Amino acid sequence: MAKETTDITPQHKTGIRPLYFGLLVVGLLILLLINLALGSVDIPLGDIVQILIGEEAASEAWNKIIINIRIPRAVTAVLAGSALSVGGLLMQTLFRNPLAGPSVLGITAGASLGVAIVMLAGGTITSIFAIQQLSAFGSWVIVIAASFGAAAVLLLILLISIKVRDNVTLLIIGLMIGNLTIALVSIWQYFSRPEQIQDYLIWTFGSLGGVPLDQLWILVVVAFVGGGIAMALSKPLNGLLLGENYARSMGLSVSGSRIWIIVSTSLLAGGITAFCGPIGFVGIAVPHLTRSLMGTNDHRVLIPATLLMGAILLLACDIIAQVPGSTTTLPISAVTSMVGSPVVIWVIIQRKNLQASF
Amino acid sequence: MNNNNSIISTQNLDIGFPAKGRRKSPTVVASNIDVELQGGEVVCLLGPNGSGKSTLIRTLTGLHNPLDGDVLLNGKNLDFFAVKEIAQKISTVLTDRITIGNISVYELVAFGRSPYTGWFGSLNKKDKEIVEWAIASAGIEQFVDRDVLHLSDGERQKVMIARALAQDTSAVLLDEPTAHLDLPNRVEIIRLLRKLAHETQKGILLSTHELDLALKAADTLWLISRDGKVITGTPEDLVLDGTFESVFEKDSFDFDRSTGSFTLHNPNKEAIYLTGDAVPTFWTRRALEREGYKVVKNNGTSLQVEVRSKQDTFAWKIISEENEHYCSSIKDLLEALRKNQNSRQ
Repeated sequence: MAKETTDITPQHKTGIRPLYFGLLVVGLLILLLINLALGSVDIPLGDIVQILIGEEAASEAWNKIIINIRIPRAVTAVLAGSALSVGGLLMQTLFRNPLAGPSVLGITAGASLGVAIVMLAGGTITSIFAIQQLSAFGSWVIVIAASFGAAAVLLLILLISIKVRDNVTLLIIGLMIGNLTIALVSIWQYFSRPEQIQDYLIWTFGSLGGVPLDQLWILVVVAFVGGGIAMALSKPLNGLLLGENYARSMGLSVSGSRIWIIVSTSLLAGGITAFCGPIGFVGIAVPHLTRSLMGTNDHRVLIPATLLMGAILLLACDIIAQVPGSTTTLPISAVTSMVGSPVVIWVIIQRKNLQASF
Repeated sequence: MNNNNSIISTQNLDIGFPAKGRRKSPTVVASNIDVELQGGEVVCLLGPNGSGKSTLIRTLTGLHNPLDGDVLLNGKNLDFFAVKEIAQKISTVLTDRITIGNISVYELVAFGRSPYTGWFGSLNKKDKEIVEWAIASAGIEQFVDRDVLHLSDGERQKVMIARALAQDTSAVLLDEPTAHLDLPNRVEIIRLLRKLAHETQKGILLSTHELDLALKAADTLWLISRDGKVITGTPEDLVLDGTFESVFEKDSFDFDRSTGSFTLHNPNKEAIYLTGDAVPTFWTRRALEREGYKVVKNNGTSLQVEVRSKQDTFAWKIISEENEHYCSSIKDLLEALRKNQNSRQ
């Protein structure tokens, strides 16, 4: 076999698929435009583009609607979708469980508890919207409370996970802790005044339109810090795919990474939940969709792709929630569950078993 | 103190599990361990089930804390090394199952570069060369692009070994690398490890419960006995001085020093004098022993079997006091012997 051999370095299969990344970006831009164009007032696409590039539109009212209402809403959808999806991805890798996600493991419930406690501490005179309308400081209070609530539940689950190695058991424990948290919230509701309960209930329906333009930067900071930490964790996350022992034997600090994964997920899930209410199923569905699309588990590819995919999915859900052609809007968390559940079922059936899609 | 070729050594090492919760006192699995892994040698760690093979391997890699005593890496206590530094000197293949998919063999092997790559894990030219070398050394070139999920057990084990090689360490510690593998795969893995030890001067330690494989493959044996002692030596020495036998002693079976294997069957029938060509005689002997005959090498028995071979055909001749009988297969031979036995009872 003295045949001439090619000395080109072989290109081995890695998950970097520039074409798919390009498609995701294009898809995101298209959905963003559609999202901006939708609403109770019809604004021509041309004018929207004009406003976006910084020029005046034909009508001053259109200008205001786009800048003060639709852009914050669309940006919120992009940030929330990305943040929740990456939070879900981190949970799935940390617990090595394909069914893990911020909402399933009670982390969202923990964030709800944090918000509920703040509203309780606000006492008789304030409600969540009163706090939120007050100032950026008020928003920070809720973000911090929600993040602490999320972190508390996540820490509890992590402590249990040291004792309980079995993933399914851990998942059930997570569900139970979520239930427990929700029970605490309902006790609080029982002793609260109807106006407060109403505010809280509306918060639980989820909303992407509740973030005013002047507070949007808080959400941006939270999402970018959380997402940045997640990106920086790509290497240990890849190691954790093989299990903690292998990760350690390859020189990765498992305990340190665990803490940072929790910090990142708490910020992402807690921050988003504080601003938008509990939005379910994005966190669990998007990582699976992204793995299917990219065909890799390499987090260096998976995290950016998940960010894009999450933004796309939540923008699409928001478009559905606005019921194009009508003035009604549906609660966003109901829409994400309606879209997310079939997606998870589809992924499981298509891949024959969940482990394979993980 | 430091032997120039020694990679990992232990001094008065006690391994086990610390007192915790309801466990009031620590559980010592093995104690006073003084062993040494040298570059270029293949060491097999043998011991009955539950004797602490995995615990010892995990302790040597720093995944598990020793109860007492020291683990030395290049003559220096393991405690003085950061996790990353240990990972540059010792790589492991564990029994932990890999359950993920959506990752190619190449990507998995490349994970082995983790102790050397930057915070983002990007591979430079040298990293890529080492990954290519590891893939070639483990002989897994033909499926580098396959999803890890779609590998057979033997292929997956070779991929995990390639990943350990990519870690470019002076010692490779493998916990039961041949468990769940069929014979050709077992042989292939052992051959691969021996080749690596020889060519790269890595020190290779593998635990196994397959005694015959260990006897054939190891330069040195580490035997964990039932009372928690670790005895080391060259396999043949340990067999000849009876240590091997005493460690694995069990009522129901015996170790046969003359064949280096365990006998499963207690002879309960008469002695047979077996003669003939080496290969057919070897297999005939096994069949006879399974039937319960005692096979002897000197004449003087009432029953004699002679094996003849011509190219690929064989013939067996049973010579008893009464008559002679020819058989064309071992099946025939065994049936004839059974008839013979019955007629005489």
